[in-house]
Amino acid sequence: MSKKIATREAYGAALVELGRLNPNVVVLDADLAKSTKTADFSKEFPQRFFDVGIAEQNMIGTAAGLAAAGKVPFASSFAVFATGRVYDQIRNSVAYPRLNVKIAATHAGVTVGEDGASHQMVEDIALMRVLPNMTVIVPADAVETRAAVLAAAEMDGPVYIRLGRSGVPVLHDENNFRFEPGRAVTLREGNDVAVIACGIMAAAALEAAEKLAGEGVSVRVLDVHTIKPLDVQAVVEAAKITGAVVTAEEHSIIGGLGGAVAEALAEHHPVPVRRVGVLDTFGESGKPDELLEKYGLTPADITLAVHEVLKRK
Amino acid sequence: MGIPAEKLDRLREKAREIRRHIITMVGAAGSGHPGGSLSAADIVTALYFEVMRIDPRRPGWPERDRFVLSKGHAAPVLYAALAERGYFPVASLPSLRQTGSPLQGHPDMRKVPGVEMSTGSLGQGLSAANGMALAGKLDGRDYRVFVMLGDGEIQEGQVWEAAMAAAHYKLDNVIAFLDHNGLQIDGPVTEIMSPEPVADKWRAFGWDVQEIDGHDMAAILAAVARAGEVQGKPSIIVARTIKGKGCSFMEHQVGWHGSAPKPEQVEQALRELAGGSF
Repeated sequence: MSKKIATREAYGAALVELGRLNPNVVVLDADLAKSTKTADFSKEFPQRFFDVGIAEQNMIGTAAGLAAAGKVPFASSFAVFATGRVYDQIRNSVAYPRLNVKIAATHAGVTVGEDGASHQMVEDIALMRVLPNMTVIVPADAVETRAAVLAAAEMDGPVYIRLGRSGVPVLHDENNFRFEPGRAVTLREGNDVAVIACGIMAAAALEAAEKLAGEGVSVRVLDVHTIKPLDVQAVVEAAKITGAVVTAEEHSIIGGLGGAVAEALAEHHPVPVRRVGVLDTFGESGKPDELLEKYGLTPADITLAVHEVLKRK
Repeated sequence: MGIPAEKLDRLREKAREIRRHIITMVGAAGSGHPGGSLSAADIVTALYFEVMRIDPRRPGWPERDRFVLSKGHAAPVLYAALAERGYFPVASLPSLRQTGSPLQGHPDMRKVPGVEMSTGSLGQGLSAANGMALAGKLDGRDYRVFVMLGDGEIQEGQVWEAAMAAAHYKLDNVIAFLDHNGLQIDGPVTEIMSPEPVADKWRAFGWDVQEIDGHDMAAILAAVARAGEVQGKPSIIVARTIKGKGCSFMEHQVGWHGSAPKPEQVEQALRELAGGSF
């Protein structure tokens, strides 16, 4: 595939671009600016940048106050801290009053790597998805990330954007790609099975699809960058066309993309579903690639899931 | 200090009116938080009827002063003040907590004009106030952000994160009140998890601290004026108050934190408040 860019890098650059376009955008961080890449924004707009230190609850509350006063705050930290640690603050100070706060969390998933389980967040999509008024976006690559950041600033209300640590292949041509919040992207046409993926697993799904094509299996690949609101129509259409669905995410199989897809299909068009993701366990320290192997998050795991679900058609 | 007696009398009478509303609306609702609403009534009256630069006809006026009721369960005192001040009809106060009423059990900024932040989950209001204050500094506006905290509420860690930040960011446009009535739900604050010495703590966090009798209208106004002169640091006014103040059977009682008076109790309380018995 093409070059690899970390979605957090794309985020840092997009924030700077946004900062130039929109004087009301402000950015907050909690002592992780070099890692989340909000440091890029801080260099160009120091007046509009607030590193509140290791105080994430205060960060979210301060963002709420800034939003109430007409600013467009982007608040960042690692996913584990930007969702779990501040859950009540997001719920009561942001989601319930529907304030215009954008939470852009980096280092989601097991690819955090060596820091280990305390820092590897695989429950964040579930936590954010269940909140009313919250839009949840999981960009698959740098192009989607930039588009998501710019789009989020235009949306009215709370947004959660999930970003990763490691470089990921660029899937889209940025001169050609149109980001529509809430609309899934069909990355590959196919009729035998649909692999519905988000984040880093979109690239993995394409790789698996290539291999399966060699076996004569026609794989439809959907990139669902917006988990909430879910593009139910696209998901149902994919299920109708193929009759079998595999979901794939760098997240627990409980409550994330797999959960959302299973809910939609169970109600609208039940088909055999197999969820690829972290199997209800915490992560551990290790090299990102080794962890993806160990925790079942590779193209090979998607291929196995496809074989399994095809048997149930 | 030189505050005209007429002004003080007017404010005291308004505070009495607000206390009557608190009793009536919580009684009508059959639930709610009278004790902590009554203890805050004099401060809230001073803010809405003398101190704050506000316009009820323009709740979104960008230059307005803001008030964040961080101890959101005292919603009755906020609603009473907003209604009396003209943000919405006084006649709607008895709809507190009813299904479909904008007057939610804890303040909802989307439902009630004049409510600056939705609160209810304790410890979050000061952070929000800081955010508003930061926006004001960014925009070159000189509005002030007032915020009221409870003395049980300051057991929440986020309060101290926000306190640290307000001093760090030199938010001299933040003026906080501590409604120091000494009681929380499970007992006196000093017995449950003592926050003492409160004044020393806020000083150590870099705040300007004043201590007053929270039921002395002249002292409240003087403290706000003094706080307004503090530059480069946030201010807090630690107000010694009486939970349930103004209602003889509620004063100093832990049990009246979150219980509604029955009709005959409402009657008695209103009689006391009509007579100007304090």
